[in-house]
Amino acid sequence: MKRMAADSAAPPGVIHAPGSWRLIRSAGRRFAVLYALMFGVSSCLLAVSLWYSTIGLVQRQVENAIHSDDLALTALAQPPDGNLAEVAEAIATRLMTPADTGGIYLLVDGANKRVAGNLDSWPQGLTQMNVWYQLPVTRNGAASVALLRAEALPDGARLIVGRDVRVRAQLWRVLRNGLIWTGFLMVGLGVVGAIVIRSIFRRMVRDISITSRAIAKGDLSRRLPLGVGEEFDELAVIINDMLDRISRLMDGVRQVSNAIAHDLRTPVTRARARLEDAALHAESKEDMQAAIERAIQDLDGIVGVFEALLRIAEIEAGSRRAAFAPIDLTQTLWDMDELYRAVAEERGLHLRAVINAPLPIFGDRELVQQAVANLLDNALKFSTPGMTIDLSARLEDDVVQIVVADRGPGIAPADRRRATERFFRAEAARSTAGSGLGLALVSAVAQLHNGTLQLFDNNPGLRAVICLPSRE
Amino acid sequence: MRILVVEDDKDVAGFVVKGLREAGHTVEHADNGRDGLFLAASENFDAIILDRMLPGGIDGLRLMETLRAQDNATPVLFLSALGQVDDRVKGLKAGGDDYLTKPFAFAELLARVEALTRRGKTDGPMTRLTVGDLEMDLLSRSVRRGDQKIELQPREFRLLEYLMRHAGQVVTRTMLLEGVWDYHFDPQTNVIDVHVSRLRQKIDKPFELPLLHTVRNAGYMLRAEEV
Repeated sequence: MKRMAADSAAPPGVIHAPGSWRLIRSAGRRFAVLYALMFGVSSCLLAVSLWYSTIGLVQRQVENAIHSDDLALTALAQPPDGNLAEVAEAIATRLMTPADTGGIYLLVDGANKRVAGNLDSWPQGLTQMNVWYQLPVTRNGAASVALLRAEALPDGARLIVGRDVRVRAQLWRVLRNGLIWTGFLMVGLGVVGAIVIRSIFRRMVRDISITSRAIAKGDLSRRLPLGVGEEFDELAVIINDMLDRISRLMDGVRQVSNAIAHDLRTPVTRARARLEDAALHAESKEDMQAAIERAIQDLDGIVGVFEALLRIAEIEAGSRRAAFAPIDLTQTLWDMDELYRAVAEERGLHLRAVINAPLPIFGDRELVQQAVANLLDNALKFSTPGMTIDLSARLEDDVVQIVVADRGPGIAPADRRRATERFFRAEAARSTAGSGLGLALVSAVAQLHNGTLQLFDNNPGLRAVICLPSRE
Repeated sequence: MRILVVEDDKDVAGFVVKGLREAGHTVEHADNGRDGLFLAASENFDAIILDRMLPGGIDGLRLMETLRAQDNATPVLFLSALGQVDDRVKGLKAGGDDYLTKPFAFAELLARVEALTRRGKTDGPMTRLTVGDLEMDLLSRSVRRGDQKIELQPREFRLLEYLMRHAGQVVTRTMLLEGVWDYHFDPQTNVIDVHVSRLRQKIDKPFELPLLHTVRNAGYMLRAEEV
């Protein structure tokens, strides 16, 4: 008890997230914020890539068109074959095309006089040759915006080739507005999504927390509901298993404390009575000595019961599993046979051992030894001279089966199920020595190894079968 | 023998100290870990009986570890109410030589402490054990008494070897179970008595002077003289 208190005083293992993350205490809110962030970032990325791919593409297409047009027209002006008239003619042809491709041209000669084109005058601000300009222009009398490029021709003439980009500017505006609205929509969607996620999360956790709270208040019969979702079900199954184990342990504790209250009272009473009787009535030193010795024996018996109880509790708590190792029981069982054979022969009994190697298990050798020893102790106790006790072991269907069978009075079918309870003693066994803990320990050892202890009728006698899963 | 008892419970300590003195040993007693460590580190003892849970800031395990860290190899027997297998293993791992769980019989404690000090002395490998006219050759694994050869089963040989290594000392049933069979629990059946009596049949029965004696309420002792 003292040690348990010390353990629980240790600081609870709380894991703190660093920084501002800690400010958001609710896990649901964290998931919601995370969701909104992810949603926002991916929407922004989408918008940016849409923007650049659309606008960029249009711009590049316009520039390519202007550039190739420019090259073609410039070529016409090159001597010896070319002259300005041919360029002017080509421009006129282009401007005559019925569909308005938005083409903008202006050809001026060395005297700065307009020769051809649809611009009324040289645009202000266009000063350098071979550079892209985006300028407001007046085309056929209407104001517009154009992407322009000027080129020097022989004899001081100059050529402007361009495209009307008013349409592109409109597209730009439409796209911008669309993206802004989409942005608002996405913020809205993100917030709604976050709220939805948070409420789903809360609903999933709510059942678990309601049940857990009831359990914490002492209602150990409650179990977490399943069917919320795979991950939560997995958690619920684990918690439920844990609760099953806790309630089994608590039952065990309750059972043991009851048993201690009832069954240990008897030997304590006996020892006490003997001592008191000696104190009051002993006539000689020898009487006193004898009484004290008997009382010490009684106390040793009580200590033995305590040790057996603690041992069973230790086994049932499962802490011994940490010491499990792959072992083979063959030699262990032959050693037990050797240890008990001498006693059996001494008592006129016949111990028959059939131990078939190999007997590989994953477990604790000492505990299996003790379990088999308890069964052999019982078999010896309930046998009378001339009887046979069988100890056999074999590996069958991945199960190591250890059988101890005697020819004694056995256990009545009605009592067999209760025989592994602590302190249970069958009617036939009441007159013999023992604490009623032997089979409880065997059963606990079997269960610790994920095995079983089964009791059968040996016609007559008892046939105790320990089944332990083999490690292979 | 000089023995240090570190135990805080007055009654238990008084009982142990008195018993050890009656058995002819010199005993020092400390009732807390600090004094115990001071005594153990500053004086020479043949054995230390050490309680696991002690007042004074230093518990049995710490005391033990501190001693061993100072290269002090005095045999230590842990005496403890912590009787689980883990506790025993922890105590032995920390450098303890033996572990006895409370409550205990004084005979058991005495036998174990005396066995401890014996263990400390015989470090060299022995090839031959002798008690009276009983001789054991550990190399050829043969046993003779007088001029007569005695045939023993392997387990009987180990049992006799254990008894001969602790000749002149009381050996308890639990010590035999642990030392010869490596069993760390007490069977309800008197298995040890039967095996000892079989051994006695072989080494004592045909001879005049019995060597293997039963010590009442304690165990057995192998010695040449009468007890």
